[in-house]
Amino acid sequence: MSGQVENRIIEIIAEQAVLEPSDITMSQSLEDLGIDSMGLVEAIFSIEESFDIQVPFNANEPEKSEFDISSVQSIVTAVRALIAEQKG
Amino acid sequence: MHRVVITGAGTINPLGHSVDETNEAMREGRCGIGELDIRDVDRLAVRIGAQVTGYDADARFNRQQQALYDRFTQFTLIAAEEAIRQSGLEFGGKLAAETGVVLGTSGGGLGTLDDNYRAVYEEGKNRVHPFIVPKLMNNAAASHVSMTYNLKGPSFTVATACASSNHAMGQAFNLIRSGMARVIVTGGSESMLCFGGVKAWEGLRVMSKDACRPFSANRNGMVQGEGAGVFVFEDFEHARARGAEILAEVIGFSMTSDASDIVMPSQQGAARAISGALEDAKINADQVGYINAHGTGTAANDKTECAAVASVFGRHADKVMISSTKSMHGHLIGGTGAVELLACLMALKDGVIAPTIGYEEPDPECALDVVPNEAREASVDHVLSNAFAFGGLNAVLALKKV
Repeated sequence: MSGQVENRIIEIIAEQAVLEPSDITMSQSLEDLGIDSMGLVEAIFSIEESFDIQVPFNANEPEKSEFDISSVQSIVTAVRALIAEQKG
Repeated sequence: MHRVVITGAGTINPLGHSVDETNEAMREGRCGIGELDIRDVDRLAVRIGAQVTGYDADARFNRQQQALYDRFTQFTLIAAEEAIRQSGLEFGGKLAAETGVVLGTSGGGLGTLDDNYRAVYEEGKNRVHPFIVPKLMNNAAASHVSMTYNLKGPSFTVATACASSNHAMGQAFNLIRSGMARVIVTGGSESMLCFGGVKAWEGLRVMSKDACRPFSANRNGMVQGEGAGVFVFEDFEHARARGAEILAEVIGFSMTSDASDIVMPSQQGAARAISGALEDAKINADQVGYINAHGTGTAANDKTECAAVASVFGRHADKVMISSTKSMHGHLIGGTGAVELLACLMALKDGVIAPTIGYEEPDPECALDVVPNEAREASVDHVLSNAFAFGGLNAVLALKKV
């Protein structure tokens, strides 16, 4: 299950970055991948739809959000926590 | 070139059901934002908004009228009645032919759409009321004002999202200035506070869940409002000849397009609209005493707007007062510029500058005099009203004391 979460998130991010999933590494930030604020909001929407969870995120204060978007790895970790919290 | 003046103003918005009530609320820095009272609010993540409260449609409009008037049309007709009554104009013969209606709205009859989509999709009904199309169309409000007051000149609706009203009033100004019309009933209206309307905005993740705090470092987004503002724009010579009370003169208008991003604003596009309005009005930045800001309370708008004002105003940027009344009445989207023009009229006529309420922490990126929290007495001769829409469409009006 945990590998599936990671793979699906990488797919979502790759789609926004217009890259192949194999080109994404866990340490990259969204900025490194060329994903802007609109791409981010779309990616979060896809994550919510894929895992049937609510992601707390306000585009006005991304740094204050409980949802850590600093790297691909941090997004995977945050989504796992939300799944455990909301579906567990 | 004909000079253009404002001889009537009317409104219904979250701060009041008339211009006097609205001005009083703005003077007192009252907030019209509260918990949303709409169907299925429990399924929304954003549950606050600036609704028009204490409004009873049945007391204003009969059943036949309500079958044709969406809430945005009802608000428009209420505001238009107040504005036209104040102007003292009666429309017949040549004047009726030379008077038009130019109004802004973004969503038009969105509430009607929402109700009827529900009926056919959720409730599985196979029939809707026969007047849904004429009720929801964006030009319904303009047409009903035209029909109610016998206004037979140039009439249409402008839809440029959050700049709709400013674009509409700019068209009204130029129609009269160029001699294409004598009088235009103008302004705008919006009523998007329904489940579908708020749900769509929620998706953008730019809405605040607690308050609208423009320019404050701890701002966290916009809050949606509803209502209408309507004005009578009139050829100055016509107004003077009949001895009308003149509320202010409209002296300039400019519109630009960012041509860059569908949601992120551009400093350059905003700055070009502001300097364009000054140029059109033939005034210098240092003559402007007050700017009614677009001031949505989002991170993106407020920083960009302050940078644009600073770039156009140079050293005078420290002296000009700039406030966002959206902190009180919320963001009326297509109707917002019209309600905000009331703050401009109050500044010019009464020497009262409406505050930016909810201001808690200075933001170095918005280091202008935002008239925090309390209204201020000040005599100003020239004012600007900014509107910057999604889609990068900007519209700025310049007004002068008479």
